[in-house]
Amino acid sequence: MPSLKDLKNRIASVKATQKITKAMKMVAAAKLRRAQEAAEAARPYSQRMGAVLANIAQAVGQDDSAPRLMTGTGKDDVHLLVVCTAERGLCGGFNSQIARLARDHSRKLLANGKTVKIICVGKKGFDILRREFASLIIDRVDLREVKKLGFGNADEIGRKVIALFDKGEFDVCTLFYSEFKSVIAQIPTAQQLIPASAGEAAEQSDAIYDYEPDAAAILGDLIPRNISVQIFRALLENVAGEMGAKMSAMDNATRNAGEMINKLTLNYNRQRQAQITKELIEIISGAEAL
Amino acid sequence: MVMADSFNFELVSPERLLLSGSVTAVVIPASEGEMTVMANHAPTMTTIQPGVVTVTFADGKTDRYVVFGGFADILPTGCTLLAESAVHIDEISRDDIAKRIEVARGELEAAPNDEHRAGIERYIAQLGTVQGTILPA
Repeated sequence: MPSLKDLKNRIASVKATQKITKAMKMVAAAKLRRAQEAAEAARPYSQRMGAVLANIAQAVGQDDSAPRLMTGTGKDDVHLLVVCTAERGLCGGFNSQIARLARDHSRKLLANGKTVKIICVGKKGFDILRREFASLIIDRVDLREVKKLGFGNADEIGRKVIALFDKGEFDVCTLFYSEFKSVIAQIPTAQQLIPASAGEAAEQSDAIYDYEPDAAAILGDLIPRNISVQIFRALLENVAGEMGAKMSAMDNATRNAGEMINKLTLNYNRQRQAQITKELIEIISGAEAL
Repeated sequence: MVMADSFNFELVSPERLLLSGSVTAVVIPASEGEMTVMANHAPTMTTIQPGVVTVTFADGKTDRYVVFGGFADILPTGCTLLAESAVHIDEISRDDIAKRIEVARGELEAAPNDEHRAGIERYIAQLGTVQGTILPA
């Protein structure tokens, strides 16, 4: 049985923890709003990019001149997984969900005799995947110092991926991230980056375009850029998802701390009363004895 | 003077939508030379090089943006400019461009082949031109 003093200390420490989780929740809520705004602001670009890409891919068609980034190498022996997670923990199952999806995916590939290479974006995913696939991780990108995610950060990763592809280091590239559905729902997603899928062609694509310089050259320029855009979108969704997950995790923590404080306070009061009763009994029985 | 027809113009960068509205003419620094887009332009898709985009609105006012590479998708009914990076001309300084040149120089060192290197050198030269033309010291 803990003493009164122990209980008092316990209550004080849980209260301090509750204050911290409450503050973290508030911070996450503010950051979430900003992250959502950023994700929303980036949407028009990726949408238009998709439409343009579909148009032009249709024009180039299944031509031999189509760039290799789009047609792929014709093999699927070596897979590159780009796993995007958060830099920080304390956000519920957010990081482990993405890591689990990537892990299951790579286990399946390894079981089928494929080679797997992994690039980790974000520290948490690296920490989790390192346990099982330490030898497969070829690179990691650290975004901890980045205050505000810019297109430059994504472009850097995109260039890395393309440079590896040009060197023939892999055949298929898949991007892992968490899609932001709502504050309480983030869905871990795997998206194939290379070979790039052109997506659905837009409706008004029957217009006959003039291309400057020419369609193949534009396409060759467009696809690498599209890869960076996809990564950028994934990173933005991730930030929003992380903040959402953190918010609900911290909300839960605050509530749990509240419950714990109630329980401890009840316990404390009971003991205090028991002690008073005991002292009274001692005095009374002492007086009777005289 | 006959009022020129207006069409819809959008300037988007990966970070945000900078401009979306009805305009009468847009001057685009296309890779094959500057071109002015007006309403009912033939469908064209072109890459753009670093330079200045001049937008003329229906009321005759003009606005200028500095763009750093990207694409333009031109249709008779509208024009979309997908810029890799775009900044309003009032918000850019010589230092900004100098910084970009610095970054590109750094890439030059790491360029894997001559073709790539030539591309970066061209990019640096274009940035130099932009710096010289829009921002007299």
